[in-house]
Amino acid sequence: MDVRRRNNVVTTGRPDGPAVILAHGFGCDQNMWRMVVPALAADYRVVLFDYVGSGGSDLSAWSEERYARLDGYAQDVVEICRELDLREAAFVGHSVSAMVGVLAAALAPEHIGSLVMVTPSPCYIDDDGYRGGFSAEDIDELLASLESNYLGWSSAMAPVIMGNPDRPELGRELTNSFCATDPDMARVFARTTFLTDSRDDLKTVTVPTLVLECTEDVIAPREVGAYVHAAIPGSRLVTLDATGHCPQLSAPEATGQAIVAFLASLR
Amino acid sequence: MGCVGRDPAPPGDGDDGMSTNAAFTALLEDSAEELYENAPCGYLSTLMDGTIAKINATLLEWLGLTRDRVVGRMRFADLLTVGGKLYHETHFAPLLRMQGQISGIALELRCVTGERLPVLVTSAIKYSRRGEPMLIRTTVFDARERRAYEEELLRARKAAEQAARESEKDRVRLQEALAVLQQSLLPAALPRVPGLLTDSHYHTASPDQLGGDFYDLFALDDRRWAFFLGDVCGKGPEAAAMTSLTRYTLRGAAMHDPDPVAVLTTLNTVLHERYSAGDPRYCTVVFGVLEPDDDSGGFSVHLGSGGHPPALVVRAGGGADYLPTPGGLLVGVLAQASFVTARTTLRPGDTLLLYTDGLTEAHTGPGASLFGEDALRAFVGGLAPDQVVPALRGLLGDFGDGLTDDTALLALGVPARPGPGERRAERTPS
Repeated sequence: MDVRRRNNVVTTGRPDGPAVILAHGFGCDQNMWRMVVPALAADYRVVLFDYVGSGGSDLSAWSEERYARLDGYAQDVVEICRELDLREAAFVGHSVSAMVGVLAAALAPEHIGSLVMVTPSPCYIDDDGYRGGFSAEDIDELLASLESNYLGWSSAMAPVIMGNPDRPELGRELTNSFCATDPDMARVFARTTFLTDSRDDLKTVTVPTLVLECTEDVIAPREVGAYVHAAIPGSRLVTLDATGHCPQLSAPEATGQAIVAFLASLR
Repeated sequence: MGCVGRDPAPPGDGDDGMSTNAAFTALLEDSAEELYENAPCGYLSTLMDGTIAKINATLLEWLGLTRDRVVGRMRFADLLTVGGKLYHETHFAPLLRMQGQISGIALELRCVTGERLPVLVTSAIKYSRRGEPMLIRTTVFDARERRAYEEELLRARKAAEQAARESEKDRVRLQEALAVLQQSLLPAALPRVPGLLTDSHYHTASPDQLGGDFYDLFALDDRRWAFFLGDVCGKGPEAAAMTSLTRYTLRGAAMHDPDPVAVLTTLNTVLHERYSAGDPRYCTVVFGVLEPDDDSGGFSVHLGSGGHPPALVVRAGGGADYLPTPGGLLVGVLAQASFVTARTTLRPGDTLLLYTDGLTEAHTGPGASLFGEDALRAFVGGLAPDQVVPALRGLLGDFGDGLTDDTALLALGVPARPGPGERRAERTPS
């Protein structure tokens, strides 16, 4: 199995620098990070990838059995770390990927030395005494939106894009292709993302951790950020002056600075 | 009144006296501001964080909201359903940031009445001269008709998928039933005949169709054996019913009087009675009797044919010859039919091969060329009794798509005598 091809792994930045893995969340692909990469590239070896089922990954490697659980995504991360022989890498995970990072760090502590959790939520659904912000019906509405919007996904074009990982421009010519995902795979990723309760996994974190949240984020509200911060002893919490769920796009400079400052403090 | 209910625009007054010029002038007075406010679509502009800075009257009316409740107080995502907000945050907003525009996204607005309005949303970022994003312009189209149409399509697709699943299940069930039925028309295994090597093969052209080929081999008494192989016209359930009738008639008749002409005449009478009215059907068949021949150490064969391709005798010394039975009539067509018989002796190393025309009429090339009787004779010439059916099975496989019809093979061979120094190879019929 060619992990680099399967996960469309791209490395950039300083080849002999400490490794920083940037992991996208549910929705789009590794391009989410492109405005943050410049802040890291000078000093760090930056590793970007797409989860199987997203972006330029090899869709033939996808199986519902594996990717209906966050462990399956964590397995992707561990296999990439092994393939690139990463040691003590910093794992920067956006949204659901923040929890994927927690699982991967527990699976392969030798590979992952620190975590940056960008707008994380360990549980999106409200529960007794816990407010995740959503109900199961809300998630059904999201699934309906996925059903109505294929975002440039077309079963006819996908083989062309996927068959030419060396020529990403083939895919990029299609509008919306950053978020174009096979509808069946998107549905599974959405359900896995929003219906998984990973609160207990926060206890397993032993590496230095930074929690990055935004002042106004409908998906991961500030009380969830505070919950994650409180559940991981010794973690740092930084609230970015940014709105929305994707500070790496809405406030890329502040996001990059916060990550760099955290990584520098560990050296 | 629904949350979108807009009165239709007043019709033109239709005054014939109004000149085209005057109408054109009136159009020029449709100001940009008026167009913005009352356009047949919603407009809004937001800051980069989504805060609504400007919104037109059309959209406010759709939402049932007033301007002062919206401007500076709500974000675009606040107008959406909760699931829509999730979609906005995970797909819409990131794509808009990365591409500078995004178009035709299906979302639902939450109206003040609680109703949901399906819309198609297009947004574009306005950038400053220095390339910094300044604001987001959004147009919103009423998509109720479009969404209803899409839902119909979706429903139709799901129904079609369901129907396809059901039909596949039915097909599997049918194939299973057909396979069981087909097996019931053939002997489960050929009986062991002392001093004779027997082998058979049956190829079904389609798992969805019952074939019309048949064969059998059975004891008449403690010395003699009867065999037959034939082909009923057509395929499917009717052909299977006729095959069943034919098999049992042949077996019954043979027990009464195994003379080939007598057996075929009985079959002709039965089939003619059953099928002459309305649905004329017939079959071709070779029926024969084997009797040990003490002189040669083999078997004597007495067979008769009703319109069937001639049996082939593969000789021990090499070569093969047809056992002609010219003039035998199709069985079941006429009330009175004549049949032709032939005799031969199978000596050690000889094989009698019966086959249906699926073999000789297999397509062997891209054109219309058929395998044919000459090629069959050449192919089997020189084969030992135990090699005939396996070699033909391989040949049928090689025909691939060229083999379009059902094919039955029955080979009855006498084992060769061991030569000097050769050990006798006992072979169990397969």
